[in-house]
Amino acid sequence: VKVWRFGDDVDTDVLAPGRYMKFSIEEIAKHCLEALDPDFASSVRPGDVVVAGRNFGTGSSRDQAPAALKHLGVSLLVAETFAGLFYRNALNLGLPALVCADAGRIGPGARLSVDMEAGKIENMATGETLACEPIPRHLVQMMRDGGLLPHLEKRLARSA
Amino acid sequence: MPQTLAQKLVARAAGRSSVTPGEIVTCKVDLAMMHDSGGPRRVKPMLDRLGARVWDPSKVVVITDHYVPAQDDESRKILRIARDWVREAGITQFHDTQGICHVVLPERGHLRPGMFAVGGDSHSPTGGAFAAYMFGIGATEMVSVLVTGEIWLKVPHTIVMQFDGRFARGVAAKDAMLHLIGRFGMDGGQYQAVEYRGEAIRALPMQERMTLCNMSAEFGGQTGLIASDSVTREFLKLDNMELWDSDPGASVLAQHRFDASKLAPQVAAPHSPANTQPVDQLKNIRVDLAYIGACTGAKLEDLRMAAQVLRGRKSSARLLVAPASLRDQNKAQEEGTLQVLLDAGAELLPNACGICAGYGEHLLPENVVAISSTARNFKGRMGAASAQVYLASPYTVAASAATGRISDPREFLA
Repeated sequence: VKVWRFGDDVDTDVLAPGRYMKFSIEEIAKHCLEALDPDFASSVRPGDVVVAGRNFGTGSSRDQAPAALKHLGVSLLVAETFAGLFYRNALNLGLPALVCADAGRIGPGARLSVDMEAGKIENMATGETLACEPIPRHLVQMMRDGGLLPHLEKRLARSA
Repeated sequence: MPQTLAQKLVARAAGRSSVTPGEIVTCKVDLAMMHDSGGPRRVKPMLDRLGARVWDPSKVVVITDHYVPAQDDESRKILRIARDWVREAGITQFHDTQGICHVVLPERGHLRPGMFAVGGDSHSPTGGAFAAYMFGIGATEMVSVLVTGEIWLKVPHTIVMQFDGRFARGVAAKDAMLHLIGRFGMDGGQYQAVEYRGEAIRALPMQERMTLCNMSAEFGGQTGLIASDSVTREFLKLDNMELWDSDPGASVLAQHRFDASKLAPQVAAPHSPANTQPVDQLKNIRVDLAYIGACTGAKLEDLRMAAQVLRGRKSSARLLVAPASLRDQNKAQEEGTLQVLLDAGAELLPNACGICAGYGEHLLPENVVAISSTARNFKGRMGAASAQVYLASPYTVAASAATGRISDPREFLA
């Protein structure tokens, strides 16, 4: 598992460029973050983690931005802060996004274990525990269902 | 307890007498707006998967503006899905190629003060100019709204931006927003409600207020809000209208006061709206292209600002004008505003998102230096990654077009 580190204000045009938006998520994902790291999309592996600075995902409401990261296999986002709209979109797609003021302490060799509801990230490589903002319970439940769509599916099946 | 405008709007939608910032509530949605990019082509497959129908088609508005005009087969397909789906879903509030959704929505009378509304686009806070709680959501969350008619919300704190006095001639809402984003950053709004108040705000015409709330997106607010008043009522052509405002003494997260008369025209340098400086700091940078476009910068009021500067002048840079809506373009034509721009050498582009969102035929070529009345100058967003995009008000874009260099519009309006 690799930790990919990015700076502040990584925007949705960098995550899901406008000129590819008419295509499928497979095609959009090939260009995810290419403006910052041309090798990212071809090198990222399932389970990898993206760590960033402030205001990650600023810009558009397009949920292809978190969807591209998820499609490429990214399993966790940790940032000092997220743009609010991107944060909702990421969780809705079942991609955990943790707000952690100490995101910068997560080094390239980190191995992370996460408790979303308690708001804790444990780095098993260093033994360090980082505090992060807990994810509200109703959203953790939604994430456990796999995201908003499967969660809705379950809800509709129950009420049917 | 006195409540802020944001709290009152959220409380009404949540069926509560009051709400507290930070608590999580479920709100009933009065209006859900979608465009062709994030709308039908994305939500239809998800609704089909769920076997679900739209909860209330009379509360949904669909507007095509992104893949307009269609320039290839993919775009044609996306528009066809939108046209077919509104019929299938029984949605009659459909505005096809009439302009950009945030401008068309209030222009066609869909917004009212007091509403709780969501839009499938990040510039949806534009609706907050009408004292409606409106914010952007992604397509997956839109599906949830379309199925349930509800959405959860963390009740926002309010950040007040108060502008006393009056803006100087040649200074616009766009300058106020670039200044705020430059000073507080793109996350200055902290995903809370940003409320614009003060004499200078009350004196602004409706479409200028829309620009403030529109760029609350770049400021990082969940929404931007302005109390409703006679300007709102006249724009919406209502005989009776609810007045929505914050209670005196309502507690806010922060309140910042500005002397509007001291604000100079602002310019954001590449590649961030937060990279803002007063125009004199960037004066004389050569520009190849000037763009008046988008929901942020090509409404009728924006076209009027540009025309004030360009009347009787020729553009030295390539000048592209994409009026934000067909209706605004027609009004600009009737009153002569459009002719002033055409006489200055403007090329007229379709009433659509176009270059601002990286769509259409006129994407910025390699190494071009552009000045634009749009909202975002992220690297590569409007075309080539090597393009250098400066953001400014329609006044400043027009003045810079006239000289071919970044210029202070106040020198043209004296």
